[in-house]
Amino acid sequence: MIPIEHILLLSALLFIIGVLGVMLRRNVIVIFMSIELMLNAVNLSFVTFARSLDSMTGVVFIFFIIVVAAAEAVVGLSIILSIFRTRKTLNIDEFNLLKW
Amino acid sequence: MLTIFYIFAVLSVLGALGVLFLRNPIHCALSLVGTFFCLGAIYVMLNAEFVAVIQVLVYAGAIMVLFLFVLMLLSSKDSEQYVNKWSVGKILAGLLSLGIFIQIAGLFTANELQLGSKGEYPLEVVEEVGSITLIGRLLFTDYILSFEIIAILLLVAVIGAVVIAKRRFQ
Repeated sequence: MIPIEHILLLSALLFIIGVLGVMLRRNVIVIFMSIELMLNAVNLSFVTFARSLDSMTGVVFIFFIIVVAAAEAVVGLSIILSIFRTRKTLNIDEFNLLKW
Repeated sequence: MLTIFYIFAVLSVLGALGVLFLRNPIHCALSLVGTFFCLGAIYVMLNAEFVAVIQVLVYAGAIMVLFLFVLMLLSSKDSEQYVNKWSVGKILAGLLSLGIFIQIAGLFTANELQLGSKGEYPLEVVEEVGSITLIGRLLFTDYILSFEIIAILLLVAVIGAVVIAKRRFQ
């Protein structure tokens, strides 16, 4: 049996790499991929806790998380698509219409 | 078992680092696909076969294909030059995420981790009944309201994507 601390540490590591990707990268699609990576890290800890606690609820929650991630990816990418039509760039620093 | 887990763990972290450091966004997407496959393998080791299958089908299949599709549609010429530059903001970002990592890792490895009581699905029950049967039973009994709401969410997302991405004619 795999010790759960190791899996949880892997999940924390993946989450932190996702956080760093959101903060360091400037390409908006790569930022989106980092968000997906963070969602996956959370999924991993859900499965780990579900297995170690003999519960099935965590796995059901992953089902919902994956659906929300798919919906988020679809809507986000279409927003990026329509921003790209007017701005002609993927750099997130150029998307400053709502800034003051 | 443990060795295989470590191999897949290292591979998934390497894929995630590829997302963080590779210049070309298409290479980032492909390395993220590798990470998703490794996570799917780890789910199999944790006796969550259903999650492993939808991980590969939905994440590595559908969502990443969507990302690659959009990336190839929007071929942007601006390259990122961030690896050589060291600004104050980036150092702050690194320190902040190091702090978050220490917090999460300290919480996860704490001895007095409050886990609560054990559930009613130990490994023998899951192997006897099958994880897909159990998940389906839970989804259509205890979580039926959430299931319906998630269906409406998908419908709204589909309509929203079409409306947002539609080309507007002047």
